[in-house]
Amino acid sequence: MSPGHYVALAVILFVIGAVGVLVRRNAMVVFMCIELMLNAVNLAFVAFARMHGSLDGQVIAFFVMVVAAAEVVVGLAILMAIFRTRQSASVDDPNLLKY
Amino acid sequence: MIHGGVLAAASQAASAAESTAFWVLAVVAVTAALGMILTPRAVHCAVLLAIVMLSLAVLYALQGAPFLAFVQVIVYTGAVLMLFLFVMMIVGVSAADSLVETIKGQRMAAGVVGIGMLVLLSLVIGHAALGPAGAGGAKYGVSNMNGIAALIFTRYVFPFEVTAALLITAALGAMVLAHRERTSPKPTQRSLSRLRMASGRPTPLPGPGTYARHNAVDMPALLPDGSPAQLSVSPVIAARRTELGRGGIPIEGADQGAGQGTSQPITEGAGQAVRQGASQGNGPDAGQEDTRS
Repeated sequence: MSPGHYVALAVILFVIGAVGVLVRRNAMVVFMCIELMLNAVNLAFVAFARMHGSLDGQVIAFFVMVVAAAEVVVGLAILMAIFRTRQSASVDDPNLLKY
Repeated sequence: MIHGGVLAAASQAASAAESTAFWVLAVVAVTAALGMILTPRAVHCAVLLAIVMLSLAVLYALQGAPFLAFVQVIVYTGAVLMLFLFVMMIVGVSAADSLVETIKGQRMAAGVVGIGMLVLLSLVIGHAALGPAGAGGAKYGVSNMNGIAALIFTRYVFPFEVTAALLITAALGAMVLAHRERTSPKPTQRSLSRLRMASGRPTPLPGPGTYARHNAVDMPALLPDGSPAQLSVSPVIAARRTELGRGGIPIEGADQGAGQGTSQPITEGAGQAVRQGASQGNGPDAGQEDTRS
């Protein structure tokens, strides 16, 4: 298997995640699609690390995982705070900043 | 010569196994990802995302990254997705995504953007000079853990320490955001017992189905006079029966016990009998033990 196959799979997963972020209205699902995009990028990093025969790509993928975990924690806390006041998890509802 | 032939055959077999695993996992991952953005329920999305993440973990392991594969399973599938599921339990599992388009033409635009992104990224990858897969040498494949540890604690030691600050900040931020200030004073034991006495029913509610033939939660207990105790069935269950179109709470009294399965909705008179029994000095609880024997 050449790295091209893995990178192509990563591209497909990334695009699916991006379309999900654009289409879905539930904030939880939007978060999950972001996670999917981060995972796709990690796959590309690992494929590139193997192509170059060095471990730097794997280390960067590791850091991406750490940042993604922190992002999920804070994002879900914000989501719960919004749900507590608005009783809704839809991204359409928090529109108070518009006016 | 023979040695080289054996090595080549072994590497060929390994690459055949890898390509089989890749194609199976790629199909699984892409299908699950597509299902994730198509199912309306958030819980199904979480399960499908778990499938994607597990297949990605196997792909990492195939590419000589066992450490990342384990971190993927433990951190992503184990921690992050479970956090998602916990928050989903709080926010509401049954909250399905509405399929109404709030912004007109948004889905079409999103599809166009997605196709454009796919074409763009494919062109970029097509033009990039991707070399062949590197040889899985001892330095790379076998001591993957040692190599990553050496890199993290030498070249990437500063980002690693910044990561610690990031994690602490994220934990603090989550605690601050998820914390709720109490707006009313906390109820004490004294105030709770006063409330209970003032409510007119100081004892707990009777349990359901405390007679011989049924102990299901949707069967009401019988009072000493043979009437069903409506209070013994949770109002949630009664409401659900009504919602499902099965009528009210089924009763199977001793006086009308023509056989199992005779059930009919509680009449208004029976409910009144329950209320009268509750208002009497003895209370229905004292009589229930007699019913059981």
